Amino acid sequence: MGEATNPRIELLGVSKTFPGVRALEKVDLRLRAGEVHALLGENGAGKSTLIKIMTGALRADEGEIRLDGRPVEIRTTGDAQALGISTVYQEVNLVPTMSVTKNLTLGRQPLRFGLISWRSASALARQRLRRLNLDIDVERQLGSYSVAIQQLVAIARALEDDTRVLVLDEPTASLDANETNLLFQIVRDLKSHGIAIVFITHFIDQVYEISDRISVLRNGRLVGEALTAELPRLQLISMMLGRALGHVEEQAKAKARAGKTEAAPVLEARQLGRRRTMAPFDLSLRPGEVVGLSGLLGSGRTETAKLMFGAIHPDSGQVQLEGRPVLRNSPRHSLRNGIVLCPEDRKAEGLIGELSVRENIVLALQTKRGWLHRLPLDEQNRLAEEMIKALDIDTPDADKPVGQLSGGNQQKVVLARALASRPKVLLLDEPTRGIDVGAHAEIVALIRRLCAEGLALLVASSELDELVAVSDRVAVLRDRNMVGEMAGDDITRENIIRTIAGGRSWTKPQE
Amino acid sequence: MDQASRMTPPQTRGTRLLRKLAGHRAVWPLLALAVILIVDGFVAPGFFTIRIVEGRLFGSLIDILYRAVPTALLALGMAVVIGTKGIDLSVGSVIAVVGATIAWRIHEGDPHFVILLVALGVGLLCGIWNGFLVAVLDIQPIIATLILMVSGRGIGLMINLIYGGTNPSFESPLLQGLSVGHLGLIPTRLILGAAIFAVLWLLIRRTALGLFLEAVGGNAAAADLAGINARLIKYSAYLISGVCAGWAGIILTADTHTSDPVSVALYSELDAILAVVIGGGSLAGGRIYLGMTLIGVLVIQALTTSILTSGLPPEYNLLVKAVVVLFVLLLQSNNFRKAVFSLFRRGTARRGRP
Repeated sequence: MGEATNPRIELLGVSKTFPGVRALEKVDLRLRAGEVHALLGENGAGKSTLIKIMTGALRADEGEIRLDGRPVEIRTTGDAQALGISTVYQEVNLVPTMSVTKNLTLGRQPLRFGLISWRSASALARQRLRRLNLDIDVERQLGSYSVAIQQLVAIARALEDDTRVLVLDEPTASLDANETNLLFQIVRDLKSHGIAIVFITHFIDQVYEISDRISVLRNGRLVGEALTAELPRLQLISMMLGRALGHVEEQAKAKARAGKTEAAPVLEARQLGRRRTMAPFDLSLRPGEVVGLSGLLGSGRTETAKLMFGAIHPDSGQVQLEGRPVLRNSPRHSLRNGIVLCPEDRKAEGLIGELSVRENIVLALQTKRGWLHRLPLDEQNRLAEEMIKALDIDTPDADKPVGQLSGGNQQKVVLARALASRPKVLLLDEPTRGIDVGAHAEIVALIRRLCAEGLALLVASSELDELVAVSDRVAVLRDRNMVGEMAGDDITRENIIRTIAGGRSWTKPQE
Repeated sequence: MDQASRMTPPQTRGTRLLRKLAGHRAVWPLLALAVILIVDGFVAPGFFTIRIVEGRLFGSLIDILYRAVPTALLALGMAVVIGTKGIDLSVGSVIAVVGATIAWRIHEGDPHFVILLVALGVGLLCGIWNGFLVAVLDIQPIIATLILMVSGRGIGLMINLIYGGTNPSFESPLLQGLSVGHLGLIPTRLILGAAIFAVLWLLIRRTALGLFLEAVGGNAAAADLAGINARLIKYSAYLISGVCAGWAGIILTADTHTSDPVSVALYSELDAILAVVIGGGSLAGGRIYLGMTLIGVLVIQALTTSILTSGLPPEYNLLVKAVVVLFVLLLQSNNFRKAVFSLFRRGTARRGRP
């Protein structure tokens, strides 16, 4: 291994046990100055735990941390910050209702005569943003900016003059290609200043684009560490999964599109729309068919799905179910009619964290049955077990509160809830967001299987490859307008990108 | 040395069991109740004796149960409301309104069976009002129910004025039978309380209403997308709480033979909230523990009764109650327990060293 540069920070033999789970087992992690180090692994591999130990949010049961060769003790997040270790977490940890200035200076406002001087606070905020070449109005509410800008503000907040280690936990999860490029420019810049950067992501492309070195965790153990240039993709993925990947790729390629478009639509939107939310559109979903919904972030994917589900009230047009107009369009009625939506933001709109895995899974089916016809406990357990098995949900038992599961498994629980209600139409909004490669392939395979069983599917996704792999038809959105639809062999990456780009000048994000 | 190492495994297994037990939510309230009762046993001789006097059960334990019933009814309703991430501050005032209504209708000479229904109707009406403010108008529960909490006792006084009631006391065999009477050996109100608990438990746990209530309390947006009518479910919680308060009002009013809107059930809403919290309920919503709420009520009532029987001056009552309640809640706090456990562990480790 190249020992030319000494490690900036080393975690040696770190172990951590939670009640019932061995989260980390003697893991080593070495970060060198001026390198981007990708930390990869499936959900529940121990990435978050390792990062939390490094940043003082958790304490290791055993093991040692060395910073520039000296052993250090990190008891609190304050210790970590004092040592120059900063983190930007997956969920942006800022206050959206406060101004950018306040967010950037919270807890360290410049004082003047013992009072906060907002003028110098603004100057300080601007100066912090300038380091990232970001020029925005710092007095505006943070929440009024796009997620990408919020992400950059979070990085600006984390960066200090003496930052030596910067942890980016899935920074690109909600960014589109251009925004990701902007972020990567900044990451490269920070790298050139000698900061060691930990980059956690589920996007393998991005790992190869930005990282210098890769460490892979699986089930709480370090599987391996390698230079990115020396590690072929296939090998990386099999390291992460612990098994050969052949069938996953085959599944993605195998597409069966045999005259499904002839069937009568189950669910059809006719000039459905809402002002300032989504321009009126037509879209029909047929049994046994997957319709993809593509577009950039903020182009109206979620809004389209929610309009069809009735979670957003339309002010024009109508929804037709099996040829008959739906008079009352609401989540409740949709569910009774066999239409289910799996929301994009599972924390805010999907899961009920206090409730157990079982209760979360049976919820939609129970709603359909009404409150008087309670599903007997045996039946609930049977259903939960069936779903846990079918979707390979990693939980010790069905009675564990769902809030304690890892991200990917939570996503599967949301999906399980939808499936358990035996829907005719399934609307999936970003079904694979924040999900690892293995679970990703499982969910894609599941989508195809459901479709083969006669379910009508709408898949809204920001991942082009995923849409190309699963869709029989793709509807393309731009700026809250439906701008095109393609089917069959016309569905290609290039076609979708060209349609999204439309009349505007557009540079391809990659290549 | 050898002996010591052989001693360790069972000890660690013991502590592991202990810690698992400590983690269970039912342990601390039950433990607190047991401790209070045991202390009583020492302080007051004959505390545990139950005798039969004039054909009914007599004794301190019976007395605790007897006095706990009104608070228990309020607390059960409160547990449901808190499970939806709400709160109902008005229950004490609902009792005042119910009491005034009962006295008024008796004065007017209505049949007592009708009065019983009217009293429950008043409780339900209060629930409809609260539910309307919270579920339909989306007013924050603490503010919405504060309105009735403040106005309820005034409404009671106004009802007293309707019939010029300077002396609103009354006699009613039916209502007093329900409140202070007894069926065989057992006080009627215990049977009534048990029946209401059973009905409520069936409603919450044997229909899907409990799941829906908890889902709405845990994450209203997610519940909505899962097809639950969150408004209706929230509304139902306040109706349940209103009816429970109606029953409590009947018992308390019949007990005192009078309507006293100013001071009847004063601060009882706070006792009810406290009971829910001692029983492990969280004001953040998402869980309803009916059984544990009853334990919480018994903790509070046993404490009150034991302070009275212990011969402490009644001036100490509130303070002692506050201290004990604080202690129970500290035991339930994970952070506090962790701190104490780690202190304890450090202590044994030091002692264990040669």
